[in-house]
This record gives sequence, structure tokens and C-alpha cells, in this order.
Amino acid sequence: MKIVTFAWVRTQTGEPEFDHTTEAQTVGELLTELISTRPNWAGLGERQAAIRCALDQTMAGPEASLKGVREVAFFPPVTGG
Amino acid sequence: MSAAVQREDFDLSTEVAALCAGRSDVGAVCSFIGVVRDGPLTLEHYPAMTLKSLEQIASAAQTRFSLLNLRIIHRFGALEAGEQIVLAAVASRHRQAAFEAAAYIMDHLKSRAPFWKLEGGTWVQARESDALALRAWD
Repeated sequence: MKIVTFAWVRTQTGEPEFDHTTEAQTVGELLTELISTRPNWAGLGERQAAIRCALDQTMAGPEASLKGVREVAFFPPVTGG
Repeated sequence: MSAAVQREDFDLSTEVAALCAGRSDVGAVCSFIGVVRDGPLTLEHYPAMTLKSLEQIASAAQTRFSLLNLRIIHRFGALEAGEQIVLAAVASRHRQAAFEAAAYIMDHLKSRAPFWKLEGGTWVQARESDALALRAWD
């Protein structure tokens, strides 16, 4: 799957986009995996609860299944408008 | 009914005229414009998702308030203080639906549309009051 990041998740990891293979079942598990295995993501641990996600461009909670998902986005709470 | 994500500015009169063009059933138009306060700022967004999210909000508002027409425009990129950021304009038969729909669109956009403001090198924090405003529509 493709992982994309925005705002401070992007600036803190320095990884706007990359391909990733995972055994994680949910997006919450995937985030925990990225934080514990990718050096650039380690610093996000204390802010993990604040990170939001979208699966194939639709907002999803941490329990959402990754089955069939092609693009996972991680980002802070939105601040448009 | 339409939504747009763009760098360019927009013109309220032009957008309102387009909402009502060729119709004789519009009795109320309500528009909201968001303006950059304390800028400059840069607005980042998630291109693959942004338009889709605005269209979902537009569609939900049209159904909920039986709108005759609506237009949402959200800008991105570098913006100066005083510049327009966002437009939500709606047309309906009566005023109550128009007022409520404009508020509904902005409350949903604030918590659902994937935009992030970078101001003075710092990412702007989301406000708890925005999440509460969204929940009030449930």
C-alpha cells in the first residue's frame, strides 16, 4: 500500500509518501507499527493519539480495517476554513 | 451544485449570480466567506481527497436542507492577511434553510475537509470548539 502524510506528520517524519507492506489488520495497528519500526516516525509516539487517518481518501477511525486499502494517509486534525 | 479547490481568488458577486442564473424559485441566498486573520499563512491540502470531501459535504447539505443550489470554494497555497480563503454560498426557497445550510457546510468543512494551516513556521492547532460544532448537527 501507499502511505502519505500531511502537515506536521509530514514535516516531522520527512516522508511525504512511500510504499509499505504490512501484516497490520487495522489502521491503528499500522500507525503503531510505523512509529515503532521507522526511525523517522519514533518521535511521533507521544502525539500518536492526535494523529488522524484516511483510507483511500475517506476519513477513518483507528479500528478501521486495512483490507483492500491502497492508500493510507496520516495527518493532524484538519484546520481549514 | 458544485465545489472547487483552487489557488486563485474568487468573486462573490459572480458566484451568487451563477447560483441564481436562470431560476425563478430562489427566495434566499446566504453566503459565508472565511478570511485570513493574522496572516500570512500557507494552506496545505490532500489533493486526492479534498474535492471529494467538499462534494460529500455539499451533497449532504443539499439533501438535508432541500437546497436549490450551492457552491463551495476553498483556496490553498500562500495567502496574505485579509485574503479570502473559503466560500460557502447556498440558494433555497426560504431563509431558514439558507442560514442553517451555510453554517452546516462550514461546521463540516472545519472538521472534515483535509486542509492544514501553516502560520509563521508553525502548524495551526485544531480547536476543540470546531469538533463540538460538528457534533451539534448529529
